[in-house]
Amino acid sequence: MQKGILGRKVGMTQIFTDDSEAIPVTVIEAGPCVVVQKKTSQVDGYSSLQIGFGEKRERLFNKPIKGHFEKANLKPSRFLREIKIEDAESYEVGQEIKADIFNTGDQVDVVGTSKGRGFAGTIKRHNFHRGPMTHGSNNHRRPGSAGAMGPAKIFKGRKMPGHLGVDRVTVQNLEVMKVDVEKNLLAVKGAIPGPKGGLVLIKNSVKAK
Amino acid sequence: MNLVDVIEKEQLKNDIPNFQPGDTVKVHVKVVEGTRERIQVFEGVVIRRKGSSISETFTVRRVSYGVGVERTFPLHSPRIAKIEVSRRGRVRRARLYYLRERRGKAARVKERRRY
Repeated sequence: MQKGILGRKVGMTQIFTDDSEAIPVTVIEAGPCVVVQKKTSQVDGYSSLQIGFGEKRERLFNKPIKGHFEKANLKPSRFLREIKIEDAESYEVGQEIKADIFNTGDQVDVVGTSKGRGFAGTIKRHNFHRGPMTHGSNNHRRPGSAGAMGPAKIFKGRKMPGHLGVDRVTVQNLEVMKVDVEKNLLAVKGAIPGPKGGLVLIKNSVKAK
Repeated sequence: MNLVDVIEKEQLKNDIPNFQPGDTVKVHVKVVEGTRERIQVFEGVVIRRKGSSISETFTVRRVSYGVGVERTFPLHSPRIAKIEVSRRGRVRRARLYYLRERRGKAARVKERRRY
């Protein structure tokens, strides 16, 4: 069954398993989310759920957003995202989605926005090697050759310096180590993209067996 | 409260004795052999405590058959059954790495009488 929830990255810590193994985990404040709109294949041509998460001061919402939430008789939420779900019919508008959709041991995929690194060189951006720092070398962190004289042009997709980060990044197959429904907390094994406080989408893993 | 602390708090131990670098401790470690579990005691001088909260660790050094052995334990690990402080030591720094270079009499730590 497809399922998903929006959350906020809280930070990392470690927890001990029953075998006394220390496991690095990322804590996510997941939900509560609210279903704002159902999209069905009859009406929209595809099936999905629009869910809202987080709070914001009332006056900061513009009229179209307010109107959209009013249609569903809901308080507007800070983030509004669509998640692809085949059986959107089984959800109700206004229904709350909480962290308990996941259980300990589940495999999940986490989608986030990576930290921005600004304009980065090829070493940081594409894992190039650097040149020698001494022995008369002037090539320290340069990208090197961009291509041959043969084609007399640079092919598209050449790895070059440029903007790095602030990309949509998905980390697959993370194990859910802990679920706290009361406090809306999820702890997943390993790291997830983005800064603390960043919006993340947690969904069931596409590769899980 | 910080939400990371909420997750950590459940696993923190509250029966950890107050000990510092320089103190001699007996660490009771649970050792699993096949299906049987028994307790092994490792006694030595604490040469460092590092980290905080759930990720805090401490290192114990002892000289066994002329060979220095150092073991680092996570302070809050469930595998540690008990920590006993057998002697308080008076030291002037937080990391006692200098003990590694010393042998025999020179590698002693003075006892702390008043604390």
